[in-house]
Amino acid sequence: MDIETYSLILSALLFAIGTAGVLLRRNAIIMFMCIELMLNAVNLTLVVFSRSLGIEAQVFVFFVMAVAAAEAAVGLAIIIAIFRHYELVDVDRFNLLKW
Amino acid sequence: MIVDFFFVLFAVMAVGGAAAMVLARNPVASLLYLVMSFFALSGIFILLDAHFIAAVNVIVYAGAILVLFLFVIMLLNLGPSKRPDLRGTMYRMLGIAAAGAVFGLLLITLRDGHTTSMAGGMGQATMDAMLQSRGAVGVIAEPMFRSYLVPFEITSLLLLVAIVGAIVLARRRAP
Repeated sequence: MDIETYSLILSALLFAIGTAGVLLRRNAIIMFMCIELMLNAVNLTLVVFSRSLGIEAQVFVFFVMAVAAAEAAVGLAIIIAIFRHYELVDVDRFNLLKW
Repeated sequence: MIVDFFFVLFAVMAVGGAAAMVLARNPVASLLYLVMSFFALSGIFILLDAHFIAAVNVIVYAGAILVLFLFVIMLLNLGPSKRPDLRGTMYRMLGIAAAGAVFGLLLITLRDGHTTSMAGGMGQATMDAMLQSRGAVGVIAEPMFRSYLVPFEITSLLLLVAIVGAIVLARRRAP
């Protein structure tokens, strides 16, 4: 097998670890970090496919990074706003909209 | 040969860092493991001939976005959690099963994509020739500023909205 195949397996593994992290942790900031890991796993997939299907795939890596930056800024602002109100960041304690 | 060695090294660092991030109790340690994982991923980008992406990954992702996370963790003064931060046994089993299912589905999908792309792909020789003639930056700059100019400009709008939104959300309300 070649390096592309192993890189694709690696990206699938990193994405799965990110999924597990989002599902298993309670801390909202660590859940955000797991989402960043999943985005970077997708970046690895794009880079691998850019080798065979055209260099345009690497442009999309930039768009993914821009979306990740925007998401991090807004998400962390929401976490700060919630922390001011509840003094904690554990997602299972936020049940105001739960019925 | 040396490529294989570095690939295995970076892959182990990336997966180990990611797993340690999920399992670490202290959020700061968790974040530093993620930074290690991203550095290793940049190494893999270099092995895949995406040098500029590797540099941007270190500067923007590991350097800027993750440091923003670190600022927020320190602003909120989050230490090691007193109650266990991992969820309970039932939830844990379901979560690991879901992650395993995602892994399997991704492997199936990526294998299909890999066989099709290898069949109609451009090959290592074309890639090397493009990198030789235009350089690592030029090879990305050309499609970005020709075919994808409008999406690129819209990205700046997205970032502007994110800046305004973050300020509005995190602003201290007047009493």
